[in-house]
Amino acid sequence: MTAHAFNVQRLLSERTPRAVLDCDGNELTQVAALLLEAGFRLALVCARHDGAVIEVVYLFVDGPPDQRIELRVLLDTRQPRLPSIAHLSYAASRFEREMHDLFGVEPIGHPQLRRLVLHQHWPLGWHPMRHDAGPQPPMNPEADSFPFAQVEGEGLYEIPVGPVHAGVIEPGHFRFWVLGETIVRMKARLWFVHKGIERLFEGQDLTFALNLAEKISGDSAVGHGLAFAQAVEEALDIEVAQRARELRAVLLELERVYNHVADVGALCNDVGFGFANARALTLRERLLTLNESVTGHRLLRSGVHYGGATLRSLPTKEELEDIGAQFHELIDLARSNSIVMDRFTGTGVLSIDQARDLGVLGVVARASGLDDDARVAHSFIEMPASFRSVSRQDGDVLARFEVRCDEVDASLRLLTDLVAREGPLDVQGDAVELREGHGTGIAEGWRGAIVHRVDFGPDGALRRVKIVDPSFFAWPALPLALSDTIVPDFPLVNKSFNLSYAGNDL
Amino acid sequence: MNQFAHFMTQVLVAVVQVFAVAVGGPLLLGLMRKVRSRLEGRVGAPIHQPLLDVRKLFAKQRMRPRESSWVFGAAPVVLVATVVAVAAVSPLATTHPPLGQSSDFFAVVFVLLLGSVVLALGALDTGTAFGGMGSSRSMTIGALCEPALLVAILAMAISARTSNLPALVRVGLAHPAVIASPARILALSSFLVVILAESGRLPVDNPSTHLELTMIHEAMVLEYSGADLGLIIVGESMRLVFLLGLLVNLLVPWGVAERPGVLFFCVGLFALLAKVAVAGVMIAIFEVFTAKMRLFRLPELLAGGFVLALLGAVTAVVAR
Repeated sequence: MTAHAFNVQRLLSERTPRAVLDCDGNELTQVAALLLEAGFRLALVCARHDGAVIEVVYLFVDGPPDQRIELRVLLDTRQPRLPSIAHLSYAASRFEREMHDLFGVEPIGHPQLRRLVLHQHWPLGWHPMRHDAGPQPPMNPEADSFPFAQVEGEGLYEIPVGPVHAGVIEPGHFRFWVLGETIVRMKARLWFVHKGIERLFEGQDLTFALNLAEKISGDSAVGHGLAFAQAVEEALDIEVAQRARELRAVLLELERVYNHVADVGALCNDVGFGFANARALTLRERLLTLNESVTGHRLLRSGVHYGGATLRSLPTKEELEDIGAQFHELIDLARSNSIVMDRFTGTGVLSIDQARDLGVLGVVARASGLDDDARVAHSFIEMPASFRSVSRQDGDVLARFEVRCDEVDASLRLLTDLVAREGPLDVQGDAVELREGHGTGIAEGWRGAIVHRVDFGPDGALRRVKIVDPSFFAWPALPLALSDTIVPDFPLVNKSFNLSYAGNDL
Repeated sequence: MNQFAHFMTQVLVAVVQVFAVAVGGPLLLGLMRKVRSRLEGRVGAPIHQPLLDVRKLFAKQRMRPRESSWVFGAAPVVLVATVVAVAAVSPLATTHPPLGQSSDFFAVVFVLLLGSVVLALGALDTGTAFGGMGSSRSMTIGALCEPALLVAILAMAISARTSNLPALVRVGLAHPAVIASPARILALSSFLVVILAESGRLPVDNPSTHLELTMIHEAMVLEYSGADLGLIIVGESMRLVFLLGLLVNLLVPWGVAERPGVLFFCVGLFALLAKVAVAGVMIAIFEVFTAKMRLFRLPELLAGGFVLALLGAVTAVVAR
């Protein structure tokens, strides 16, 4: 047994909450295998260019109890190479492709080292996240610089859709190969809204950075804001009072409720049941108005700050009950419509094995039978004993619909418990003292676990922020769920995943 | 001279019927949208909004795909022409329309289907994936509708001993018992299913969707713009009004003008518009509470329509 393997065994048996292990390439593969075998998941891979070296950090997490182990590999900038761990984790293969595009780090032995973030018409060999990358060279405008897999066969035809769609939807290009109406194969190409948001954080002051984090994906202001704040707090050793944590949990659940309500309505709308959608939109508007009275912002921005949280008011128990009743009227409407249920049932099945293999998180994972929930695994408050994370076994559109319905109920119950706890609405943290350090934050946003990692330089400046939205893990699951689905069911399946483009493309 | 006056009257009748259908079409669309909006708790656009939309479209530039041929441009015109032709000769406001003798149920319905076919050809002509997809879906549904439609007409024709449309309406007026006969009720139910399917309403197609991959009818007309699109909207809505007009006149013929005379004709016209409006409102209410069926379940629905028609035909034969 090598020294590293021994260290890992000790970390695991002692359940050490935080640890950083420096590895070289060979040790990386060995330790990653050990951690994955022990039930850890690869939550994040973050590279950082610093003069002569590129530092690559692999964050493995598990819980409960909350454990986060970072593996750190230092590479020579002139020839940055490291062994690929794609054979151990599918998520790793995508992180490696991302790193290859943005930093030019070459994962040796990667099975499919195609481009991911930067499409083919970006100039080769230019890595924008390198500090010495310089100005952007001209694009390659050739039409055939947008290649796709070739699928051929008798009667097979190709449908290209997007990135501009008929409705107000974020951009993504989908390519279908179809036999009759049955989807034989489908590929999604994203990163049309890649805006270099991680780079925007660098060197910014912390107030601006938190504001920016809340805008990573507009519908997850609390999820991303909280994950970022937690990462900064861990890096700078800022204490967060118990009361502030409770207030943050209130915000997180309010965000979950309004988004799930909108999704339930949108799913009905996609099968032509606009009546239920109209009811859902009415309820969503009520929730947004409530959000405004709670934080002063309809999308719950600026409630969380470093070391604390500030709310203007809390919803009352009666109001939460009334919202629950209104929500049940809505879902009864959908459940009692046989055509709606027929459309949902058995459509777009993602099996539990597929979900586990891809490392899918959140609503999608729980609908396929996994019970991964960062509110349990990386809990920051004491959850009531009655709290259970919701899951379903079938993995179809109906399961994802039902998980959302049940989560709204669970969130409302949790909120009822939280608003009953006594305490002030405004909890300020200690003054922030900048210094060198790094930290991670994990928050169960409404789509799933959001992970941020921040790194402060010796001068206390923010020098690297890495963001991982659960959508990054779940997008590859969409084509799998679509096998044997018919083309007109694609929008429904896509909506049942409802993944973020902005959170994925960054 | 008398013959000339008769001829002019007939032309006038035809023109008024076509005009009523042409204006009534977009208005009916507006009315159905309004009903839906109100039931969903929204205010909704004014009822005449589709007319304004069409006016706007006619003022806009017409864009045609570079690779398309004359078929693409001809399709909207043929679509409108087919509805105009049948609206002129059918018993809508009066049971004595011009060329009433030749106004055969089979002929009228299949002239209308010509409109669907040219639209599918126009969509194929664009060469886009969506055009092909929409055409293929639309033709599949059309092929499933046709048997139901044929047998439904047959059922009505057997009991009335004619497939002449004005005669079918007159039989209903003269012998109301015919309308209440199982043959005609079953046949008209089947006819209603076909109307919903052919005009792209729920539960077959969602006329208000923005999801291009689920579209049937809308997928076919995605490449149309300007006056071409305006013609398609007018043509499609005219078709709906016309089909509903036939349906209501076969189901509740009262009010339709049996005798010549301006007053009778005016009453007939208003009765028609009122009955079609009621039918449209009922369809809109139905649509609010239903959803769009899975594409592969549609054959079951249309087979149901066929069975209804077949039962109608069987009872008609038995009751003779």
